[in-house]
Amino acid sequence: MYGGGNIFEVNKSDNLNQEDPVKLDEFEARIARGEKVEPSDWMPALYRKQLIRMIEQHAHSEIIGALPEGTWITRAPGFKRKMALMAKVQDEVGHAQLLYSAAETLGKSREQMMQDLINGRSKYSNIFNYPAFTWADSTIISWLVDAGAIVNQLANSKGSYGPYCRALERICAEESFHLKYGHHAVIHLATGTNIQREMVQGALNRWWPPMMHFFGPPDKISVHTEVLTKWKVKMATNDECRQQFLDMYVPKIWELNLTIPDPNLRKNSETRQWEYSEPDWDEFIRVINGDGPCNAERLSVRRTAEERGEWVRKALLTKEAKYVTPLA
Amino acid sequence: MKGNQSQSALKKLLYNIADDLLILGHRNSEWTGIGPLLEEDIAFSSMAQDKIGQSLAIYELLHQLGEPHPDTVAFMRNANQFHNCQLVELPIGEYQFSLVRHFLFDHSLLLRFQGLTDSSYEPLAQVSQKLVGELRYHVMHADSFIRQLGTANEDSIGRMQTALDIAVPYALGIFEKSPEEEQIISEGIFTGEQNLYDAWCREISKTTSLTSLKLPELNPEQAITGGRQGKHTKHLQLLLDEMAEVFKLEPGAEW
Ligand SMILES: [Fe+2]
Ligand SMILES: [Fe+2]
Ligand SMILES: [Fe+2]
Repeated sequence: MYGGGNIFEVNKSDNLNQEDPVKLDEFEARIARGEKVEPSDWMPALYRKQLIRMIEQHAHSEIIGALPEGTWITRAPGFKRKMALMAKVQDEVGHAQLLYSAAETLGKSREQMMQDLINGRSKYSNIFNYPAFTWADSTIISWLVDAGAIVNQLANSKGSYGPYCRALERICAEESFHLKYGHHAVIHLATGTNIQREMVQGALNRWWPPMMHFFGPPDKISVHTEVLTKWKVKMATNDECRQQFLDMYVPKIWELNLTIPDPNLRKNSETRQWEYSEPDWDEFIRVINGDGPCNAERLSVRRTAEERGEWVRKALLTKEAKYVTPLA
Repeated sequence: MKGNQSQSALKKLLYNIADDLLILGHRNSEWTGIGPLLEEDIAFSSMAQDKIGQSLAIYELLHQLGEPHPDTVAFMRNANQFHNCQLVELPIGEYQFSLVRHFLFDHSLLLRFQGLTDSSYEPLAQVSQKLVGELRYHVMHADSFIRQLGTANEDSIGRMQTALDIAVPYALGIFEKSPEEEQIISEGIFTGEQNLYDAWCREISKTTSLTSLKLPELNPEQAITGGRQGKHTKHLQLLLDEMAEVFKLEPGAEW
């Protein structure tokens, strides 16, 4: 998803006993050979269910993710930033559109997904439940959150479901522009005036903890997902993604003379793994269950947009047949 | 282009156009993330991006004529220094209002730039040539939504009609003449607001006649004017304060 930390739940009722064993074998053999699964192909019910969940969460993350940055479009300083941020956030909405279409190929309608989002039945990336206080927050989001998203999405683009992989390839290409834009904007702040430097350090301080939450709980306490790994639904573990992110971006942050607010952050030269203070996973769970600083606001903005737009969607379903013929 | 007098007439026209584009682009960008459907969210954003890009192109022309840098012009002026018509500064309201405004304004804009491709001011003629291509899509978008929502059902027709009735007097203000109007025409910079207005009336009624909407009587005496002289609703200063909030923290800085 836009951000990792997908919430996979494998329930007892999700057992595979009801599946036709011959078809299941054939399905798994195809995936093992690296073939893609297409919408009309046979697939186990659990595969369908988990994919819908994952793609839907990703789509929701794109549309909700447009909100914290979207509020800075009207305040972006200067033409260059204003136009770049507009294009960036528009892309995110476009990603949502692509992903809802990919999820629809599995049998769930966009309207139904939107309803589930608004009712709190389905999740989106936790990171968007935090506020973007300053312009610098929006630039840190464009840089680091998009960077995290790329780590995740590149892994997922090698997955087994054809429509999702194809959507992700297009999305990743655009995300890399977002990352460039974000990095550029952060560089200007970090090498700018005192006010600008303080602003960006403050933003980094605020966004670092949610960024460490971004890829989800550590593997040792995550739900086991062997079957999803075998089916190439889940392509990398949370810790693998987090390590990759740290490896790529910590040096770049340090290069800018910014301080990462974790005194224990270092790369262990023997294990070649990053070590860091354990993020507060209780907070993560609390926020993902609805009790973060912005959960209510994000959902209410989305709900209001849906309600205000309902008449438009309804009217567009009507056939354009009732033209009044001009009299003369 | 010769003489100081005609240069100030030219600049006045360019400011009218650029300010309209910037302010409407800014307004339309406010739909990002909250559009009535994802496709419209995306469409409004891309039209907003085009408009802001177009305003920049015109501010660049002004810059070449000796006016300050586009960022300074856009982010540092106050409302009474802006020359946009009041139509574009009104808040986005509900979607029907934003859509009707987009329809009424963009028809005038396309016609204006089509006319300006023949401008005696060569750089403006060249820019116009380029913008006409983009604007055709904006107008097509507006027309197709006006047709659909203006015919779909009683509810949508009613909403659209109300928005149209509110927006038309402001739209008539698009064509407010400047004191420099005669000069603009005689110098061949532009064929003038009256001409533009006549063509606009024809174009918008062509589209509304295909719907159940009733175009209010187009009476120039009901035009809400003042924008071209720097007189604005309270909404413009609020918009500008928001737009410049970050820029003004450190006006000389690079962002
Ligand atoms: Fe775009
Ligand atoms: Fe995205
Ligand atoms: Fe992105």
